[in-house]
Amino acid sequence: MSFFDTVRIAFRALLKNKMRAVLTIIGVVIGIAAVTTIVSIGQGASKLVSGEFEALGTNVILVFPGQTRRGGARQSGAPTLTTADAESIGEECPAVLAASPIVATAGQVIYGNENWNPKQMQGVGQDYLTVRNWELEAGGFFSTSDIESNAKVCVIGQTLISKLFRTVNPMDEMIRINNVPFRVIGILAKKGANMVGDDQDDVVLMPHTTVRKRLNGSPLDNVRIIMVSARGTKQMGQAAKQIESLLYERHEIGPSEEPDFSVQDTTEIAATLGIITGTLTLMLSAIAGISLLVGGVGIMNIMLVSVTERTREIGIRMALGARGKDILRQFLIESVVLSCIGGAIGLLLGTGASMCANVLINMYKPGTDWPMIVSIPAAVVAMAFAAAVGVFFGYYPARRASKLDPIDALRYE
Amino acid sequence: MALIELDDVRRVYDLGEVKVHALRTVTRKIELGEYIALVGPSGSGKSTLMNTLGCLDRPTHGSYLLDGEEVVTMNRDQRAKIRNKQLGFVFQNFNLLNRTSALENVELPLMYGPRVSARERRDRAMEMLGKVGLADRYHHHPSQLSGGQQQRVAIARALVNRPSILMGDEPTGNLDSKTSREVIDLFRELNELQDITVILVTHDQNVARNAKRTLVLRDGEIVEDTTDFLLAKAALELDPAREE
Repeated sequence: MSFFDTVRIAFRALLKNKMRAVLTIIGVVIGIAAVTTIVSIGQGASKLVSGEFEALGTNVILVFPGQTRRGGARQSGAPTLTTADAESIGEECPAVLAASPIVATAGQVIYGNENWNPKQMQGVGQDYLTVRNWELEAGGFFSTSDIESNAKVCVIGQTLISKLFRTVNPMDEMIRINNVPFRVIGILAKKGANMVGDDQDDVVLMPHTTVRKRLNGSPLDNVRIIMVSARGTKQMGQAAKQIESLLYERHEIGPSEEPDFSVQDTTEIAATLGIITGTLTLMLSAIAGISLLVGGVGIMNIMLVSVTERTREIGIRMALGARGKDILRQFLIESVVLSCIGGAIGLLLGTGASMCANVLINMYKPGTDWPMIVSIPAAVVAMAFAAAVGVFFGYYPARRASKLDPIDALRYE
Repeated sequence: MALIELDDVRRVYDLGEVKVHALRTVTRKIELGEYIALVGPSGSGKSTLMNTLGCLDRPTHGSYLLDGEEVVTMNRDQRAKIRNKQLGFVFQNFNLLNRTSALENVELPLMYGPRVSARERRDRAMEMLGKVGLADRYHHHPSQLSGGQQQRVAIARALVNRPSILMGDEPTGNLDSKTSREVIDLFRELNELQDITVILVTHDQNVARNAKRTLVLRDGEIVEDTTDFLLAKAALELDPAREE
C-alpha cells in the first residue's frame, strides 16, 4: 500500500472517532505548547541579555583587582588596583576610549526630612559617563579639579529625585550623604530597569577621591573596579591585551608570574548569562517534555484500545492480502498522524502563549523591551519530537496488531 | 497439474491438555474451474479445511500445492501475497469495513497487491461493482445496503484482483431465500462464464445442490466425494452412531 493511501486511511480512521482523537492529542498539545512557550521565552531572555550588553555596549571591559601572593597565602580581591592604574589605562592604551575607577560605598542620603538608601553609591572618575555611555538630563558632571580637590559634589539618578525631592528642583540643592553635605550638580537621564529588574536610576555618583577620603576614610589609593570602554566592539580584544600588558608593566609582574588583577570583558559575562538562561530554558523544557511523555502514553493507550476494537477489520485486511507490515504501518502512521496534529496545534498554542507572555512582560515591566522570538528550528524540532512520540508510543500497539492471527481476528466479535 | 493438490494434510490444535484433530488426513485434488461444496456437521473440520485451502491457516502435517507452489512452508507474508493474488473470500457476515463506501471496500485488495494507480484502482472496482449489479450504489456504506447487496459487494471485492479461486464460508447463511438464490446464481455464473474455481462451505442444501462436486466431511475426514448430490446428501444424513 502506498504511503499516501496509508496516511489517507489513517485520517479516515481518526475522523470516525473525532471526540476520541481530540481527547487523545490533548496531552501532546499541552506538551508541545509548553515546550514551545518556554523555549520562546527563554530565547527572548537570552536575546535580551545579549541585547542589553550590546546596548550598555559601550564595549565595556572590567578590570578587577586579583589575587596577591604574600608568603604563600593567596588572597583574592586584594587592593592591588589604584586610581593611577585607571588613569594610565585611559591615557596609554590606544584601543581604550575611556577608563574610570570605581569606589563603592553605601549609606543613607538625606534631604530635608526625607531619607533614602540608594542601591548604588559610587565614587567614579570624570570619564565615567563616557565609559557607561550614560547621559545627563540636567546640570554637569564633576571635573578633574573636583576630583583633585575631593569636592563634595554629586550627580544623582531619577529615582532619588522621586524619593527625596518630589516637586523641588534638586539642582544645586544640598543633600547629606552619610552626614557629609554634598551639592547636587547634575541629574542622570532615565534608564529604566536592567534585564535583572534592577533599577538603574537608583544611583548616586561622586568623585572617587571624595568617596575614599571623606566617606570611607581610607588612606589607601585602591579602587574596587576599573571600568574601561574600548573604542569599538572589534577593539575589545585588543584593548584587553593592551590593558593587561600595561598592568603587567606597572605592577612589575614577570611573564611567568600570576597577575594580581583580572581583565574581563562584558561579552564574557554576557556569554555566562546566556549559558544560565540557556540552562534554565533547557530545564523547564525538560519538565514540559514530561507532559509530552504523558501525552504519548495517552496515545499508546488509545491505540491499544483501537487495535482491540478493530481486530475484525485487521482480520479482513489480512484475509484480503495485507501483510503484517502493512498493518503495522497503518497503525503506526495513525499514531504519528495523531501526535503530529497534536504537535501542530500545540505549536500554534505555544506561539500564541509566548506572544501573550511577551505582551504581559512588556506591559508590567515597561522599558524591558522583551523581544518576541519564535524560531523556525525550534518549531521543526518540536514537530519532529511530536512525530517521534507518535512512533515511539504507537509502535507497541501497531506491532500487536500486525501479529494477530487472521483467523482469530476474523472470528473476533 | 491440478490447481490444488492436498497430500495427507492434517491439522492438530494443541490446546495444552488435549490435542484436537480437526483434520485427520485429507488427500485430494481440485482442478481449475471446479465448483465445490464442502458440507458436514459442525465440528467436522470443514471450516479448518476451508481456512487451510484459503491459506489463512497452515496444516501441521502434509503438503498443499496451490498452482504448483508449496503453501505449507510459506511464511505469513508469502501467504498474504497468495491470498491477495490467487484467492477471493466471501464470508457469512460479509465482513465489509463499515463506515467505508462500497467502492472503497472493493478497492481494498488492490491496495495490498502490486502498486496500482488510484485511477485504475477505482476503474477496476467500479467495473466489478457493475458486474454484481451495484454500480449505482458505489458510494453507499454497508449499513445503507441490504444483506444481499452487501454480499454482492463482498463478492466484487473478492474478485477484483482476478483470483483463480473464490472461497465462500457460508456465504448465504445470513441471507433470506430470495437473495440467497441471487447470490448462488451469481456464483454459478462466475464459475461457468469466467471459469473461476468456486469452493463453498455450506449448511444450505440448496447451495450444495448447485455445486458440481460435493465433499462431505465427518470427524476431520472426507467421507464422500461425489458429483451426485443425492449421494452426498445420503452420506451427510447417515448417522454413524445409529448405524451400529
